Amino acid sequence: MKLKLHIWRQKNAATSGKMTSYEMDNVSPDMSFLEMLDVLNEKIIERGEEPVAFEHDCREGICGSCGMMINGMAHGPEKLTTTCQLHMRKFNDGDEITIEPWRAEAFPVIKDLVVDRSSFDRIIASGGYVNVNTGGVPDANAIPIGKKVADYAFNAAACIGCGACVAACPNASAMLFTSAKISHLGSLPQGQVERMDRVINMVSTMDNEGFGGCTNHLECEAACPKGISAEYIAQMNRDMMKATFTVR
Amino acid sequence: MQLNANIPDGPIAGKWDDHKAHVKLVNPANKRKFKVLVVGTGLAGASAAATLAELGYDVHVLTFHDSPRRAHSIAAQGGINAAKNYQNDGDSIYRLFYDTVKGGDFRAREANVYRLAQVSVNIIDQCVAQGVPFAREYGGLLDNRSFGGAQVSRTFYAAGQTGQQLLIGAYQALMRMVGAGKAKLWAREEMLDLVLVDGHAKGVISRNLVTGAITRHAADAVLLCTGGYGNVFFLSTNAKNSNVTATYRAYKKGAAFGNPCYTQIHPTCIPVSGDHQSKLTLMSESLRNDGRIWVPKTKGDTRKPSEIPENERDYYLERKYPSFGNLSPRDIASRAAKQVCDEGRGVGPGGLGVYLDFADAIKRLGANVVKQRYGNLFEMYERITGENPYEVPMRIYPAVHYTMGGLWVDYNLMSNIPGLHVLGEANFSDHGANRLGASALMQGLADGYFVIPYTLGHYFASFPKMNITTDHPEFVKAEEEVKGKLNRLLNIKGKRSVLSFHRELGKIMWDYCGMARTKEGLEKALELIPKLREEFWQNVTIPGSGEELNQNLEHAGRVADFLEFAELMCYDAHHRNESCGGHFREEYQTEDGEALRNDEEYSYVAAWEYTGVGNKPILHKENLEFNEVKLAVRSYK
Repeated sequence: MKLKLHIWRQKNAATSGKMTSYEMDNVSPDMSFLEMLDVLNEKIIERGEEPVAFEHDCREGICGSCGMMINGMAHGPEKLTTTCQLHMRKFNDGDEITIEPWRAEAFPVIKDLVVDRSSFDRIIASGGYVNVNTGGVPDANAIPIGKKVADYAFNAAACIGCGACVAACPNASAMLFTSAKISHLGSLPQGQVERMDRVINMVSTMDNEGFGGCTNHLECEAACPKGISAEYIAQMNRDMMKATFTVR
Repeated sequence: MQLNANIPDGPIAGKWDDHKAHVKLVNPANKRKFKVLVVGTGLAGASAAATLAELGYDVHVLTFHDSPRRAHSIAAQGGINAAKNYQNDGDSIYRLFYDTVKGGDFRAREANVYRLAQVSVNIIDQCVAQGVPFAREYGGLLDNRSFGGAQVSRTFYAAGQTGQQLLIGAYQALMRMVGAGKAKLWAREEMLDLVLVDGHAKGVISRNLVTGAITRHAADAVLLCTGGYGNVFFLSTNAKNSNVTATYRAYKKGAAFGNPCYTQIHPTCIPVSGDHQSKLTLMSESLRNDGRIWVPKTKGDTRKPSEIPENERDYYLERKYPSFGNLSPRDIASRAAKQVCDEGRGVGPGGLGVYLDFADAIKRLGANVVKQRYGNLFEMYERITGENPYEVPMRIYPAVHYTMGGLWVDYNLMSNIPGLHVLGEANFSDHGANRLGASALMQGLADGYFVIPYTLGHYFASFPKMNITTDHPEFVKAEEEVKGKLNRLLNIKGKRSVLSFHRELGKIMWDYCGMARTKEGLEKALELIPKLREEFWQNVTIPGSGEELNQNLEHAGRVADFLEFAELMCYDAHHRNESCGGHFREEYQTEDGEALRNDEEYSYVAAWEYTGVGNKPILHKENLEFNEVKLAVRSYK
């Protein structure tokens, strides 16, 4: 296939970026999207120029490192698929493809398609855990957990922290990410003790990091490669409401 | 070089408890005065860092990822073993110990493996308390599945994402300590050298991957939790950034490297689709329960699989191993696939693939049952290959998956360099020559949550505190060396990309030090590797500078180390004149193609000492004694 790529190039956080166009031919439909960029980068290096920086690691759709806006869609056109698992057979000969980094105030661009998502780590550090030390815990089967609850918690815990939800949201809101962790821990018996403190702390960190609020566009759910449901946002809002009026 | 495994005396079942009762302790008020550097944030690193910070040590954690949660432990699918015997099917600590020693083809240290089996039960308790959402039964109790190499169901799992859920649990425990100010996180920070003062590990030099800033970190102890080296083959199931640099730099500073040739090859991976291939994807081995493996009988048969009649197909595993058939062990299935492809009967692009056919299973069970069992795997396969496995047979090929070798450690997980501790896949480990499924997660968390918290204090209390600062001459020297090497790389300004060198090295290693090795092949590799290394240092090109995010520079440093490390692997494979587990020498096999061990001469850990680039390393041996388990030949008839 022949392709025309328009890629966001930005040297670093201090300089402004711009779109640059590249022609690609001989793109195999069996290539993954990132392999196509590997081939492009080899060509750029051959010309003595600087290759396009992008993040990636496992290339199996689980580490959450990769992510870019492809034709305006987070992770591209295929549902429930990370950029690394998107393959070129989803595109056609002669296509023009626009590639940009995640855009959000809380995700500043570091270089080209690489952004700083450490704000997610700070949200987790503010309450996304159960306060137990290693050792001295009860037997794993001491507290039965119904399969329904376990599955609900598991589906929320499937989040890979890639940031597509933020990138897809017109408000650059992190409510899907934050609510997934709050719902995962808040639905389990182990997470009950700190449930109210957790939601207040995590939501206030989320706000302080510069993420926007949710106005029910549901773009996050549509973009999420792991199919995390926006129901968890409703759950988080209910917990937040309750926590606000609970004497803690 | 002195190798003392420091295995406690007494009966095996009491060694660990007895050791814990007698190791030296650090007073709670004094712990904050000891700074611990943890490099890597996978299961071993994150669990160790969190636990040591909880105990009160001054913990600093380095990861080259943007977040600790990206570490490659996240990609493990299957599960984690633990001797809980929740299924009442006869499991016990002894059985898990026995299965692990046998699965490792009798090349692991008994005392370590026994301890691993003992603490396995605590891991599950810990993870559940953290909120790890393991699979459960309708009654609310934990579910188990069975896994290869075991006759009991002892594997705990969270759908096909067990590694992800365990890592996120450890990551959250770590971030809790970071949030509380008890651990300091250095993200996007790559360790480039180890610093020794008076023979003790007292710090590291790191590079910030965004700014290029070089930092000296002084500490009272260093923990390397930096994973395996499967990417020396370029194509493997490892994440793209996984590398050998941290452990290799420690080796160059005098740490012994144990059993580097032990490599695990997994038989059911998706084959290479072209020259652009950047990595390989593993699919669960469970597919072999219902899929039939075959290739055409004649060489170069390019017909579609549906056009090849039954009598022109060779179901070679069923033919060669009638009793185990398609469920033959990993190493046998892998080698048999390589053999038919070498004969020119492989299928798919490049002829490096065999069919895994579900047509019979669909006929027998119906498409719905097959979908229930393997639906998510079929979807993944289709996403990557564009082929629908309900209609055309899957194509599979073996790929490098895990490395059992690593830095040599004693019972306390300390290397032969005092103060340098090595955890998880990075150490030569408890897996011997072959790792059983669902044991990697167990070992990473055992080391981090339940072993190092006891043994690290023993090191601190055994030696006078040195209070080294970063202006010590050894730090100055190490920083100059790191900067010198980066500048050298940037100034070569040759013609070939880093990637092209890595690919070429990978091909040499796969061809001559891969699934089946020979004396001549390894000698050939030992000729080719130094040549390639020389060309690399004359002709590699790295655009950009060292004072910015430069992914090619990062990759170049890692490939430079692989180009030296590859030789070490070949020396190890060449010297071990036997076949065992993940090390198969064609000269040493039984009539059935089974690995032929030589217990008389090779029942030892090969621990190698660095002697300079391009020089043959010095072999040291730790003899393995088997008092609990009787040495036997693995049989699959």
